[in-house]
Amino acid sequence: MSENLLDVYNVSISFIQYVKGLNQKNLKVISDLSLSIDEGEIVAVLGSSGSGKSLLAHAILGILPDNALLNGEMYYKGELLNPESKERLRGDDIALIPQSVNFLDPLMKISEQVIGECDSEEEEKELKAKQRKIFEKYNLGEEVDDMYPFQLSGGMARRVLVSTALLSNPKLVIADEPTPGLDEAALEETLNYLRDMANNNVGILLITHDINAALKVADKIAIFYAGYVIEIANIDDFKNNGENLLHPYTKALYHALPDVDFKLTEGHQPLRDEINDYCPYLDHCPHCVDKCDSEIPKLVKHGDKYIRCFKYTE
Amino acid sequence: MYFVFISLIIEIIFSGGLFLNKNKILLFLANRFVRFIILLIFVIVLSFILIDMSPIDPIKTYIANKVVSPDQVAALQSYWGVNEPITVKIVNWLGNIVQGNLGNSLIFRAPVIDVILDRFVASLVLMFSSWVISGVLGFVLGIIAGFKRDTFVDKLIKYYCYILQSAPTFWIALIVLMIFSIYLGWFPSGLGVPIGSLSQNVTFFEWLNRLILPAFTLSILGVAQIALYTRDKLIGEMSKDYFLFAKARGETGWSLIKRHGIRNVLLPAITLQFLSFSELFGGAVLVEQVFTYPGIGQAAVSAGLRSDVPLLLGIVIFSAIFVFVGNTLADVIYNFVDPRLREGD
Amino acid sequence: MVDIADNKFKLNLRTKTLLTIGITVLVFVIIIINSLLIDSNNILTNFSIINQPPSFEHIFGTDWMGRDMFVRTLKGLGLSIQIGAGASILSSIIAVTLAILSSFNKYLDTAVSWIVDVFLSVPHILLIILISIGLGGGAFGVTIAVAFTHWTSLTRVLRAEIKQIQTQDFVKLSGKLGKSKWWIARKHILPLTITQIIVGTILIFPHAIMHEASVTFLGFGLSPHEPAIGIILSESMRYLATGNWWLALFPGLALLIIVLLFDIVGENIKKLLDPTNANE
Repeated sequence: MSENLLDVYNVSISFIQYVKGLNQKNLKVISDLSLSIDEGEIVAVLGSSGSGKSLLAHAILGILPDNALLNGEMYYKGELLNPESKERLRGDDIALIPQSVNFLDPLMKISEQVIGECDSEEEEKELKAKQRKIFEKYNLGEEVDDMYPFQLSGGMARRVLVSTALLSNPKLVIADEPTPGLDEAALEETLNYLRDMANNNVGILLITHDINAALKVADKIAIFYAGYVIEIANIDDFKNNGENLLHPYTKALYHALPDVDFKLTEGHQPLRDEINDYCPYLDHCPHCVDKCDSEIPKLVKHGDKYIRCFKYTE
Repeated sequence: MYFVFISLIIEIIFSGGLFLNKNKILLFLANRFVRFIILLIFVIVLSFILIDMSPIDPIKTYIANKVVSPDQVAALQSYWGVNEPITVKIVNWLGNIVQGNLGNSLIFRAPVIDVILDRFVASLVLMFSSWVISGVLGFVLGIIAGFKRDTFVDKLIKYYCYILQSAPTFWIALIVLMIFSIYLGWFPSGLGVPIGSLSQNVTFFEWLNRLILPAFTLSILGVAQIALYTRDKLIGEMSKDYFLFAKARGETGWSLIKRHGIRNVLLPAITLQFLSFSELFGGAVLVEQVFTYPGIGQAAVSAGLRSDVPLLLGIVIFSAIFVFVGNTLADVIYNFVDPRLREGD
Repeated sequence: MVDIADNKFKLNLRTKTLLTIGITVLVFVIIIINSLLIDSNNILTNFSIINQPPSFEHIFGTDWMGRDMFVRTLKGLGLSIQIGAGASILSSIIAVTLAILSSFNKYLDTAVSWIVDVFLSVPHILLIILISIGLGGGAFGVTIAVAFTHWTSLTRVLRAEIKQIQTQDFVKLSGKLGKSKWWIARKHILPLTITQIIVGTILIFPHAIMHEASVTFLGFGLSPHEPAIGIILSESMRYLATGNWWLALFPGLALLIIVLLFDIVGENIKKLLDPTNANE
């Protein structure tokens, strides 16, 4: 086991749901997810919206809902993440940048909110000064301190959300869909904040459904398909007509980009509970082998990257 | 705990240079008031028709209780408009009310307005004390239950509330009476002021002594609704994104509840408590009856049972005003104190 | 798909609801059958066993005329349930009628809102007393009085529901095809709101019982020679000072249990129908 800033091994997350009558069943949202992030590295998890990839962020921070079941192991700087260590690390070493202003307490003033909980007045003063400095840097005036979240404009809200992450000097920042519905300039701005942090040696997990955002800023991209990470590619693989990309889905994604071929992929992603014991991409795959319809391939190392496909396991 | 509430209320109301827009509130109140007056006329007409339908004859009741001169009967007949069609009667009576003349109570032998004011003060003390106690206690229990969701403490609070919500008020009052007055003998039982006399000749201590049990009964009953509401509301808030983010930023346990939970649940809970004036009045009627507490509820029951029509109608009007005040205060809190709403248009 | 073994013995909401419905129906049937079988004249007065505390022979004790309190309570509950059922069904009919009327046009809608406001502006208990007096009291008076004070919340729920249904295409289409408002109400709105109506009726029921008992207790409901719970409890007040606690305790407790059962059933059904709670 190599020791990175964050190592995630075989994480699965599932929920308990009703089916027919009085029966309940397990609904798997994330299956067998592994990835790692190094200091100063930006790793994007790219998947369609509503596919449950945010739950990975919640799992790392230990804030999954009660009816969620978490399997697998996660390590922060080699330390096993369990409920206790997560509680200690979150908001301190590990910070979250949430996706919208809804993640701020609607009845608490911005400054108080960004500063967070304080044990003493000295600490509060210190943090207040720090908050002011960060706000200055992000061009947020003094008047913002006393505003309520509903009074923030879209751009201000985004900068406030980013500021919350910087207050504690985190080593790992998880940005959960920080770019939905942004125009080109705002997108650029947000990604620059992330790049900035990474340049200061912070590791960043960027969870997004926006392939453009991921391509612009990430070092590695983990492709999330039907609950599985099917490939972890380097950013350079998305150049040269994508010839270094391994998985057929990743290739299809790449060719669907407007400035590449704009070729639409057909078919739908299987629903989460449709996949039982065969490759999740079976229905669309151009080069299936026998095993594909009877076994789920494992995520394996292939050169300096990872792939979940029987074509590369032999 | 108290400190948290009060400082939060003050902070929310006066924070950040935001202040309540007086003109807007006045306009709002004027609008509400006009609506209420029209509503009140509806209520009065409706009550009058109901009484008119009933076999009760106010004049006969009056005469039956007392020797009266023909002059007095004539005055009474003109007051009620006997032998006139109901429309004329209603107009007559409305005219009297507008002039502030609610008539004379038949059983108290005093102007209705005096009886009501005297009785209402006694009831207000009872209702207000139990309103405050049940509100604070209910809120605290609700917060604890929501915070300790699905634990033994939560279940205990929940079942307590479910049971009390389903318990008939008068029966709980009977049980309280049996335990504290008869079995333990701590309080006097059933030795209230005889119906028909005003409560002025009761000493303060006697009166306080009689206040405790009814107030206690109303308080333990009133806890249920507000506690369950606070619990559900807190659990709802706890599942919201901002709670998740606060957790992600390292806030945990009680301080999370204190910083974000109470802040977001307090206003709706206070609003709900103001909306409960109607039930509070209903509870007071029943509890006053069991403990023979000389309040407006007891007067209403006596008036109904002994056909004191002017008193009964007067009490209906005042109870409507009471409910209106509660609802209006709730609306003001809801619309003008929450920073999200007071800033909007 | 994985079955969760740990959860096998923990009842989920659906199972719990079915169980409570079962128990409630059972209790309900037992009380109804019993109260129909007991002729109130047959409740024996036996002056050799007056004022006896609870025993195996008379589990609720006996009263000052030597009557068995258990039998009287059963009979009283039966009466309460009949009046409660009558009042809540009548209440729902009023609610449905007004809600449908409010869907016809703007003026009727405003009128219905006004009526709701009028009925909410006076404390329930006073309104029940007034209506009961107006109708001359008795079982009829109190049933009508309770029915006329409990329809407001269901009306509001249905009114909102109907508003939502009316925005849907198939309803608009029916309107364009020249179907009458009554036709639309019957064919589209009623079938879509029927579960709401049933749940609403079940939820009114416990309140109806409780209010009937309260008003009867105060002396405005059933007449004193009826064996109602309210009457039993109001009589018991005269004997509390002599320590006959069982006269008040058991009949009230029985009423509480009935009210509680129906409350739980109603709330659970409501929760099950609400998609946000469906997976508890």
